[in-house]
Amino acid sequence: MSELSSPDNDQPLLVAEGLAKNYGRLPACRDVSFALYPGEVLAIVGESGSGKSTLLQLLSAQLAPSAGRVSYRMRDGVLRDLAELGEAERRFLFRTDWGFVHQDPAQGLRMGVSAGANVSERLMAVGWNHYGRIRDTASTWLDRVEIDVGRIDDAPKTYSGGMRQRLQIARNLVTEPRLVFMDEPTGGLDVSVQARLLDLMRNLVSELGLAAIVVTHDLAVARLLSHRVMVMKGGRVIETGLTDQVLDDPREPYTQLLVSSILPP
Amino acid sequence: MTAMIELANAEKTFTMHLQGGVELPVVRGVSFHADPGECVVLSGPSGAGKSSILKMIFGNYRCDSGRIGIRHHGKVIDLATAEPRQVLSIRRSTIGYVSQFLRAVPRVATIDVVAEPLIVNGVAREEARERAGKLLRRLNIPERLWSLPPSTFSGGEQQRVNIARGFISDLPILLLDEPTASLDAANRAVVVELIAEKKTRGVAMVAIVHDDEIRHLIADRIVDVTSFAAAA
Amino acid sequence: MNAPAYNFAYLDEQTKRMIRRAILKAIAIPGYQVPFASREMPMPYGWGTGGVQVTAAILGPDDVLKVIDQGSDDTTNAISIRKFFGKTAGVATTTSTTDATVIQTRHRIPEATLHAGQVMVYQVPIPEPLRFLEPRETETRRMHALAEYGLMHVKLYEDIARFGHIATAYAYPVKVNARYVMDPSPTPKFDNPKMDNCAALQLFGAGREKRIYAIPPYTTVVSLDFEDHPFTRYRFNAPCALCGADNSYLDEIVTDDKGGRMFVCSDTDFCEQRQAAGHHGTESAAPHKEKAHV
Repeated sequence: MSELSSPDNDQPLLVAEGLAKNYGRLPACRDVSFALYPGEVLAIVGESGSGKSTLLQLLSAQLAPSAGRVSYRMRDGVLRDLAELGEAERRFLFRTDWGFVHQDPAQGLRMGVSAGANVSERLMAVGWNHYGRIRDTASTWLDRVEIDVGRIDDAPKTYSGGMRQRLQIARNLVTEPRLVFMDEPTGGLDVSVQARLLDLMRNLVSELGLAAIVVTHDLAVARLLSHRVMVMKGGRVIETGLTDQVLDDPREPYTQLLVSSILPP
Repeated sequence: MTAMIELANAEKTFTMHLQGGVELPVVRGVSFHADPGECVVLSGPSGAGKSSILKMIFGNYRCDSGRIGIRHHGKVIDLATAEPRQVLSIRRSTIGYVSQFLRAVPRVATIDVVAEPLIVNGVAREEARERAGKLLRRLNIPERLWSLPPSTFSGGEQQRVNIARGFISDLPILLLDEPTASLDAANRAVVVELIAEKKTRGVAMVAIVHDDEIRHLIADRIVDVTSFAAAA
Repeated sequence: MNAPAYNFAYLDEQTKRMIRRAILKAIAIPGYQVPFASREMPMPYGWGTGGVQVTAAILGPDDVLKVIDQGSDDTTNAISIRKFFGKTAGVATTTSTTDATVIQTRHRIPEATLHAGQVMVYQVPIPEPLRFLEPRETETRRMHALAEYGLMHVKLYEDIARFGHIATAYAYPVKVNARYVMDPSPTPKFDNPKMDNCAALQLFGAGREKRIYAIPPYTTVVSLDFEDHPFTRYRFNAPCALCGADNSYLDEIVTDDKGGRMFVCSDTDFCEQRQAAGHHGTESAAPHKEKAHV
């Protein structure tokens, strides 16, 4: 497991306080509080309907909470309540300091435009205006995610599932974000493809000192990628702690059930 | 206190919710310490809780009550109540753990698996690889294997890679869980040497060793775990 | 008025007021697409229903109207719209760019420099420049609101990656008044520089899409590009076969079924004025075939 890159950074990057979301009378997420530090990878685990995807949307300001709030430390060092950011600021955050890796790459990529343009879009959005430099940077990133640079002008619809997912990662990391949200990043991929992707993500996260919040139902993904894990059930966080602690010494009945359901490697 | 590790009345019980909430007491009243340059060996029969104690000191198992004091950056931190971030910080710069089995990292070359703990602590990649190579050579891992991922190696080779990874760093505390099991005599001797070198550098160690001869060679003090057996 | 059965310029006065309000708003926010309640017109969509409504709303009895289609005053579309307003408004019509007060156009800006007091009315098929990359209207409107225009460069990037240069030849995106990115309608990019700091008022009407937008006189209009791939104009590298002009936008005319062709000014008024002034081209098949940037 990778280690925290900046351990002495005692200022949290993202703080959730009493987060809750109701869909009508149905509580999808209840009273979630935690702090995420720079370089820290947090896994949110639980089965379908446990509220983990709702929580991810709340944390990434894509959904307004029914109660509670999410604060984020901007690049100027000031902790800001996301609900109080203007839409322009929030969207700017989303394409510069944050990344979002979707389970389905078609949601996170522009399938009809070239891989190079997919990676470059964020650069152009923040004002890069030199084609040669944009293309060089895109090539570098394709190489970092192990995509043949010769495929730079091909559209992702011609890519395999694993390549699409790696392209999505490059598209997100090109502006060197500090926080990346991932929603089941290895879901729907073959096991061998998953292993390669996980290894790549693990290396990138530790090289770049990224903080990440990874939603997954796969405990193996949590073990390989995350420092810390939150187990969700019925919209609540029922157990939280160091990843190896929670997985090797689970306390809650539900966590024990989850852990005991893993097939041995 | 000058001890690197000090346990006081540490206690651990597993509650097996899937077996109708059966309580499985593991250890209680665990109290001992380890000073710098000292190797404390835990003894007792299988199932007495030796590995559990080691895992509690590493923060891998949670401690239900009592105290696990760890000297970290000159301050004593109680691992039983520490924040996850503190535990991670302690693992990075204070406590190393050499388990019996290598948790295979796919696609990473053996030399890099061994060098990683140094790189994480800021040692330059080239220097880290050089030191990793030295250690691998001492542990009789042929150089032609260094560039391969260890997941394809035999059990004994994997264990030696794991030992190299555990011993390479300059951490002040090392936890050794049967480091010599399934090694041949020559490699066992190398491990004994490595432990002796760590002692001269003031590293505090807690070890589990089944082999009487090895135990005799490395132990400065023996703590009998039987007295902590929770069922007693 | 020739046809008292119609209100002046066909549309009823309430509709014209509604359209004028949209136009005023568009002028106040240069390049911004203002929604308006586009009416059914007695012609199919795609034939200039947006432009015709804008023209109808601004036309007065003293105006002199010119209508061009691809630069030409004498195509079916141009003639029928000219006749439409001749009949419903009784206004004078002309083919002279200089004499006209209102010029409705499809796909060209005249070669003669426009002067203060004139109004250009563009017929627009698709007003949203971002649509081909982002089909959601809710999203493109938000992108305009927040001036998020990175996506526009994605299209130009794709051109360069594919063709080695920005191959977009018409509907080339521009930024108006350093704020809104705008589709200049499918005019050739040759005409883009004419929009910048233009003395005339420029109005754009999209009937099917129900949008009106505008460039007030003397407004900055910049064609998007990259530092290392700057915007360039583009025309066939030949003089006009009829009038010899070497700086006008040319149409390629196929003259027979043996591959014969000639290049002539797309702006018929410009070409005729030059010929009347004594300029002559070869009037033969043009020797050059290759294209060039100028």
